[in-house]
Amino acid sequence: MATAAAPMRSGSIPAHAPTATDLERLGTYPHVVVSWIDDSGYPTSVAVAFEADPAAATVRLARPAGMAIPTDRDVNVTASHIRPQPGIGYDERRYVQLWGRSDGTTFTPSRAWGWDETEVPFFEYSERSVPQSRRYLAALSAEKGRTIRPRLSPFWLALRTTRLPFLSATAVPVLLGIAVAASHGSFTWWTALLTLIGGSFAHLAINVTNDVFDTLSGADDANTTPTQFSGGSRVAVYDLVSIRGLSWLAIGLFAAAAAIGLLLVVATQSLTLLWIGVAGILVGVAYTAPPLKLVYRGLGEIAVAIGFGPIMLLGAYVVQTGELAWEPFVLSLVPGILIALILYVNEIPDRRSDAEAGKRTLPVRLAPETVRTGYLVGAIAAFAIIAGGVVLGLFPWPALVALVAVPIALRVHQGLKVHYDSPYTLMAVMGTNVNLNLVVGGLLLTAYVVAIVAGLATG
Amino acid sequence: MGWLPEPVERLLEVALVGELTVIGRNRRPVTHPLIPLYDGTHIYLHSSTLFSKKLEHIKADGRVSLALTDPVAMKGNPDRATIQGTARVIDDDPHSDWERLILQLWQAKEPSINDFLKARVALPLFFERAVIEVTPQRCLYWKDGLTDRAPEESVAPREEAA
Repeated sequence: MATAAAPMRSGSIPAHAPTATDLERLGTYPHVVVSWIDDSGYPTSVAVAFEADPAAATVRLARPAGMAIPTDRDVNVTASHIRPQPGIGYDERRYVQLWGRSDGTTFTPSRAWGWDETEVPFFEYSERSVPQSRRYLAALSAEKGRTIRPRLSPFWLALRTTRLPFLSATAVPVLLGIAVAASHGSFTWWTALLTLIGGSFAHLAINVTNDVFDTLSGADDANTTPTQFSGGSRVAVYDLVSIRGLSWLAIGLFAAAAAIGLLLVVATQSLTLLWIGVAGILVGVAYTAPPLKLVYRGLGEIAVAIGFGPIMLLGAYVVQTGELAWEPFVLSLVPGILIALILYVNEIPDRRSDAEAGKRTLPVRLAPETVRTGYLVGAIAAFAIIAGGVVLGLFPWPALVALVAVPIALRVHQGLKVHYDSPYTLMAVMGTNVNLNLVVGGLLLTAYVVAIVAGLATG
Repeated sequence: MGWLPEPVERLLEVALVGELTVIGRNRRPVTHPLIPLYDGTHIYLHSSTLFSKKLEHIKADGRVSLALTDPVAMKGNPDRATIQGTARVIDDDPHSDWERLILQLWQAKEPSINDFLKARVALPLFFERAVIEVTPQRCLYWKDGLTDRAPEESVAPREEAA
């Protein structure tokens, strides 16, 4: 018997040689179920009292009356536990399963397997088991003579595939760019609307492209602790959509974004806008696609800061005004940093699988304490830019209201201290961090609307 | 209708977990804690394709047993039973067959599944499921769960066993 404690894993984790820990765990259950294949060829089972002896690596089994535990074949000893939750179902699922031989009363295990949801949460257990699902459905397709794939309704599939809820990251800089332009006296509603739509198509195209390359590189397959904020859409991992389908979707979304971009270039007669659009698509594609694969080289966070900062915000500004200016550029650093911080925090639960796939993100490269300090430095920089912009007269003074969001950033920083190593409890922190960008962006937008209204009122 | 003794039917109606034992590779017994559902004739268990090794084993050999042993999972009922039977896997359409066949029974026993169902987009593979339909053939019943006493044995009538 092995003496080292083996982790209680299952799904893709194979059974292991039983350890003293397995027997100690078994000893915590009130009874075991002993199973074997009886002489009629059916499995049979009986619950019995038992006594586990980790030192001797054996289990003493009480003799059931009227049926003899066989000594000439493999016997299975299983203990399982749940905690019923009346009106809901149950929780605290765990079980231990041992195989071996019995001499009638003493059972000597030779293999062990099990699951404890406090050690391997259900969602991780499910993710570890995805390869088994794929194998089963492939075999089922062969058996039935038709392709059987997992499905989702078209609405949910579209939402999941494109990661639609993340569009808030595009809305904030685009709306801010339009607001700054309006405060400068330039606003055309239909070009503003097209900018928002074009920017959204570009963002969705980048999301889908990212999934294609993360699936091909194995990064998404290796990630067994995805959350609603991290780990990609996983539609290709789950075989809900093929890589070919995703690729065509990305091309279609990029084409739509490019078409709208070209329309805006024609409408504004601005070559600057053309270069900004080209830069945006190049940065978006190069984020995960070869040959640059910026995220694999530790440049992903900077690429996102540039893409969702200057490119989105300045692009929206140029659509309205036809020219570049310092105010929108400096302001663009705020959503650029905050959205890069969203990526930065969302990379924390992915860091092990990212490292396996060769993605050298900052959380992969840096120690946890440094990552936390990095978050604080980034958030302080964003707020310092707001304060500095107002002091220097670049931003309207109502923009200072965005500083009320400082406690949200501090809450995220505190949450990173507590939940850094727990992907599932970190989810709330990731959500708060997404809200930080929305709150700061919303308050800045409000500040500009106030400035525009004040400007109109004073003539 | 079914032939199982009434105390065993009572166990099936409340049990949140039973131990399903299937015949695995090399004819080794493999046991899976699962929630059993009962319609008065057949016992239904179900499995996501994520955890589908048991389905492969049943397709290779449909002989199974289901043990009902844990009073905590059976509303304090101390009785115990083991039901041997033949199982078939229903997986023509893993996306929706199970909804038609067992969702009502499942919801009645584990209402929290409704919340999971609303979040189907978050767990798409969990809801690709196969149904395991067990036709009982033989039943061992231990009143008060005392397995140091010989069980009461009952066998399916000839037409049920066929």
